[in-house]
Amino acid sequence: MAQEQSYYVPEQSKWPIIATVGLGLTLYGVASIMVNAKQGESTTLSWLMFFAGALVMAYMLFGWFGSVIREGRAGLYSDQMDRSFRWGMSWFIFSEVMFFAAFFGALFYVRMFAVPWLGGEGDKATANMLWEGFQASWPLINNPDPEAFPGPKEVIGPWGLPFINTILLVSSSFTITVAHHALKAGNRQKLKLWLGATILLGLAFLVLQAEEYVHAYQDLDLTLSSGIYGSTFFMLTGFHGAHVTLGTIMLIVMFFRVQKGHFTEDSHFGFEASSWYWHFVDVVWLCLFVFVYII
Amino acid sequence: MSAVADTHSQEHHHGPASGITRWLFTTNHKDIGTMYLIFSFTMFLLGGSMAMVIRAELFQPGLQIVQPEFFNQMTTMHGLIMVFGAVMPAFVGLANWMLPLMIGAPDMALPRMNNWSFWLLPCAFLILVSTLFMQGGAPNFGWTFYAPLSTTYGPPSTTFFIFAVHIMGISSIMGAINVIATILNLRAPGMTLMKMPLFVWTWLITAFLLIAVMPVLAGVVTMMLMDIHFGTSFFDASGGGDPVLFQHVFWFFGHPEVYIMILPAFGAISHIVSAFSRKPLFGYASMVYAVGAIALLSFVVWAHHMFTVGVPLTGQLFFMYATMLIAVPTGVKVFNWVATMFRGSLTFEAPMLFAVAFIVLFTIGGFSGLMLAIAPADFQYHDTYFVVAHFHYVLVPGAIFGIFASAYFWLPKWTGHMYDETLAKTHFWLSFVGMNLAFFPMHFLGLAGMPRRIPDYALQFADFNMVSSIGAFLFGATQILFLFIVVKCVRGGEKAPAKPWEGAEGLEWTVPSPAPYHTFATPPEVK
Repeated sequence: MAQEQSYYVPEQSKWPIIATVGLGLTLYGVASIMVNAKQGESTTLSWLMFFAGALVMAYMLFGWFGSVIREGRAGLYSDQMDRSFRWGMSWFIFSEVMFFAAFFGALFYVRMFAVPWLGGEGDKATANMLWEGFQASWPLINNPDPEAFPGPKEVIGPWGLPFINTILLVSSSFTITVAHHALKAGNRQKLKLWLGATILLGLAFLVLQAEEYVHAYQDLDLTLSSGIYGSTFFMLTGFHGAHVTLGTIMLIVMFFRVQKGHFTEDSHFGFEASSWYWHFVDVVWLCLFVFVYII
Repeated sequence: MSAVADTHSQEHHHGPASGITRWLFTTNHKDIGTMYLIFSFTMFLLGGSMAMVIRAELFQPGLQIVQPEFFNQMTTMHGLIMVFGAVMPAFVGLANWMLPLMIGAPDMALPRMNNWSFWLLPCAFLILVSTLFMQGGAPNFGWTFYAPLSTTYGPPSTTFFIFAVHIMGISSIMGAINVIATILNLRAPGMTLMKMPLFVWTWLITAFLLIAVMPVLAGVVTMMLMDIHFGTSFFDASGGGDPVLFQHVFWFFGHPEVYIMILPAFGAISHIVSAFSRKPLFGYASMVYAVGAIALLSFVVWAHHMFTVGVPLTGQLFFMYATMLIAVPTGVKVFNWVATMFRGSLTFEAPMLFAVAFIVLFTIGGFSGLMLAIAPADFQYHDTYFVVAHFHYVLVPGAIFGIFASAYFWLPKWTGHMYDETLAKTHFWLSFVGMNLAFFPMHFLGLAGMPRRIPDYALQFADFNMVSSIGAFLFGATQILFLFIVVKCVRGGEKAPAKPWEGAEGLEWTVPSPAPYHTFATPPEVK
């Protein structure tokens, strides 16, 4: 089969260059918003640039994915093309794993080495001379320099909202799998039901996460700038939340595609890729739950 | 819908589109490869001109041409542009051109994404270079951008630098994903993994390294961004963080990165040495395993860049021995190249000259690396010109000579013309002399204690610095000759046969020269 059907090499496409302009404008806009805000200058132009870039990006995403979907449904993609997509998505997820690894690595380093050394332990105990009397602890409530970085009153324990969130995400991994099986069995009603349930679980997770952040900022003084605990906590859970948001958007797109009658029993890579991504954010959450909240 | 149907029926039956849209909208691996190579050479000249500023300032002791602030911007931008703008894109360009030809594929696996990977680079470097004209100047903290130099003390343009790095990272990751998908999925029937040309193998492993470490770079610049603008304290000890954390995360990216810049050259050199020795490569399988071993080891050696910041003793010992271990697979490769030449029918056309120089000079760079790996000795060498000598020996006669060798080797295939051999040999010898003159004295300067990244120096370093500057000017000026040779070769010259090199092997030599716009629409059979 792969021999008879030649590999599909798309014609010229305007999307990559549009994507470049969009991404460039967006990020240049974001950078100049930050720089101008810090220097107390007007950020109006920067915001305009950012929104222009974001609009171009949105246009590009609709257009580019749109043509890929059309080509796929027109039967231009061979099994070999399908494998290219699979390799592509797998390695993309691997790159995301490594992105999170950098932040987990930072967390482990800080907990295992940096904070204990500041507290006078081990080979690097001289670090203790910087802030005498500093006591190492985790979660770090009293920072070495409490004036520069006022610490949090308290941190968030694992068995309240985070535990509920764990249950929500783990169940959503089950529901997406049930939906996938329904798709393979050709049962569209069941597919819609379980895919919809997955999306609701994802949204519920995001709402609870937002509530947890409000609680942290308003009641606990646990913020991005409350020392290294806040830094690692918000960067890890924040990037995870951003990925859940992206994953939920992907699933919502899949839901609309299912409504339009896309996907067949044996050809539905868009759906599979989204569910892979969903499992990935689930696994990241489990690591977060263990290493950020419990231990 | 109709557009899709039309394009399908026309597939493979036409040449390139005309005008600028050919380049903006292209999905053709050869067009994209060409753009990568042109971009890379442009950046090579730009980064090179910054090196000329550095060497002009260091021609004599004292401050004569630029202020220290600007000097720091030059060293920083030179490093960033050469690493991310010149060397990496050159290898991606070679990969784009050659991988599909070598494995008998019609194109890269994901051609539109391929085009995006390329066009993000000019965008990223536009932002990076624009920092030179910003208030407070360009990044001035060295290409390693250590915190807190880059966080607490960095210029406002640091934020733009961070986003430029993000865009480069996105480009590299997508490029690497494309390379892996192409190699794993688009090989011609019969080409098993252990029949793949070595350039393909080295690129497969390089792409893996890229996907593994570019996200870590993205992570570390994100932490910087948060420290600068949002009050986090990743790299600030007063909040419980640690500036040394920056170095750990950075070098976890940084060390595999240096192999990213050399492994594809290993692959290309293997083809060239074998072709001009008219012998098959000695020890193919061991070459593959050696590259794999180097790649794996590259993940567990990062702290050898940080011996002097105070890594615990056990850590120093581990990283010292792990680093030395890399000499074993590297030694296997050097041995195999030499054994390939042994009793071969050698001729020394330009690619072979660059390849032989590569083997000798890269080995010198490797040996100074071994010296630096010795933790107690590194306390003396650290942050001196010895380090500058070391990494320029692995990058210039290593990566850059590897790129020149590849360019001369494959130019006939790309352009359909032979390049001017006399001029190319002149290019080689002037580069060879210039480069050694520029970088060899740096070993002595470093051992005598001259610090790196310094616009002024003590009088006893004056002579060697002058020699070094003269060598650098010679090397720099010579690269204009390379531009001339390539332009001349593109515009005309002796017609190249499909296989211009008698001893060359591989699918890329079975297609005509210049390679048609579309090749291997039907995959060839490999026996």
